[in-house]
Amino acid sequence: MFKTILHHSAASCGDCSKLCCTKIEDFGVRAGRLTIFEHVNLHMHCGQLTALIGPNGAGKSTLMRAILGEVPHTGNLHYVDAKGRHTGHPTIGYVPQYLRFDVSAPISVEDLFMASLSRRPVWLCSARKLRPRILASLARVHAESLLSRRLGALSGGELQRVLLALALDPMPDLLLLDEPVSGVDQNGLELFYEIVADLRAKEDMAILLISHDLNMVAKHADQVVLLNKGVICNGTPQEVFTDPRTRQIFGMLAGESTSEAAAQIPAGQVLDSRD
Amino acid sequence: MEILTAIYGLMDTLLPFEWAGHLFMKNAFLAILLVTPLFGLLSTMVVSNRMAFFSDSLGHGAFTGIALGVLLGSVSPLLSLIVFSILFAIFVTWIKSKSSASADTIIGVFSSTAIALGLMIMSHGGGFNKFSSFLIGDILSITPADLGALLLVAILVTAAWAFLFNRLLLISINTSFARSRGIPAQLTESLFAATLAVVVAISIQWVGILIINALLVLPAAAARNVASDVKSYHLASVAIALISGITGLLIAYYDNMAAGATIVIVAATIFFITLLLKQHFAR
Repeated sequence: MFKTILHHSAASCGDCSKLCCTKIEDFGVRAGRLTIFEHVNLHMHCGQLTALIGPNGAGKSTLMRAILGEVPHTGNLHYVDAKGRHTGHPTIGYVPQYLRFDVSAPISVEDLFMASLSRRPVWLCSARKLRPRILASLARVHAESLLSRRLGALSGGELQRVLLALALDPMPDLLLLDEPVSGVDQNGLELFYEIVADLRAKEDMAILLISHDLNMVAKHADQVVLLNKGVICNGTPQEVFTDPRTRQIFGMLAGESTSEAAAQIPAGQVLDSRD
Repeated sequence: MEILTAIYGLMDTLLPFEWAGHLFMKNAFLAILLVTPLFGLLSTMVVSNRMAFFSDSLGHGAFTGIALGVLLGSVSPLLSLIVFSILFAIFVTWIKSKSSASADTIIGVFSSTAIALGLMIMSHGGGFNKFSSFLIGDILSITPADLGALLLVAILVTAAWAFLFNRLLLISINTSFARSRGIPAQLTESLFAATLAVVVAISIQWVGILIINALLVLPAAAARNVASDVKSYHLASVAIALISGITGLLIAYYDNMAAGATIVIVAATIFFITLLLKQHFAR
């Protein structure tokens, strides 16, 4: 209980004291004349999970690609370690959306790891030296048995856990999860979030999660950011989900709305009050 | 040249067949040993990245390269062909990444423009017939000097493939993921396109523009049916390319047909056989 309170209060205050933290200052991305988003300021603290929510086309994935440096953007990214020193760019891990994979591609899980971890060409060199490291990475996501499986033969949940294991080697300062389990079945989804919750608790990293599953967000996030062409509101799950602007954007709980939407928000509130 | 004489001598010992007695067949055989493995290697990524249409356009780009080489006159035709093909490949890759139009459309535009431009220049003054050999290709035209160039290209392309492959593999999975591992997608893809362009450019004179793309698609397409990981994929693809090359050359020699086309038919036959065997290998 105490830990949850500590997390939540830390999320609300804006500065980067005591914890390592990634600061996004005045990020903006334009595509031609169209502004995707602008004036985005975010602090993502280590040991915390920040959830990025918003309607389709709000710029959530683009924000992640801007953080990765894949799309040109305005503004700055700072990484500050636990001692308050600026240490340049953070190590970033990234888990993409469930890939619509070409199932006939003859790539094994081990091949994918070797391509990521080594400069020695996969097609020519043996992966034997790397195998202990790969198995240790897979163990972190309970996927050791998948080592020699073909990527196309993995289930959605298995593939996402493998990609998570890849994102965790080397251990990142900032872990970006871009709708990692959309399209994954219920079992796979729950296992994935269990692993992420475990990482949040044990590893010294900041996690940024894009999700449309507000139930899961309410359950796991320390900080919620509502993005729609810019940051609309930002705070603890309770603060954001009770904010009238959230209700307006999602059309939830506006009046006596659908049972589906009603079921989502109170779930988070119930959980919070139970804590 | 002494090395080449020694190789010819070795071939006479190892291959005591009627066909190997001809110098042009020795040269053709050596060329196939050098180049078909390159098609096997590169085709793995062409097929995995769904670049069949792009690699097809490289052949068309090479066509313009030949025409420009003739127009410029003074420069060596092979050099102008290679340089133009590389520029064409990088330019298409660049436009593809900048434009919001679909890749198919962009490639279609450049591919047809290139071949039309090539035809225009070649047909100027009514002299197109002397270029028609490029459409079908002539493997028996390979000279000892060509073999030297092929050896150089084979070494360079193999080195480039060792350098590029891991990066390309990650990009083929997801560009943002590749970026998170510090891989510049644009640069890597341009280098791959340039490598492809070089292989197409040096092979076009003996394979022919009409069917060169088949060699960049068939070996890997067949290998995919039987492979389960990257190493077996490459091994199978290179082996299929090499076997098709040698078998095609010999069949073409004994039945007096175009070698490039015969090689492609052998490769296509192997593809259909692997397609039938796929169930046994599926994992």
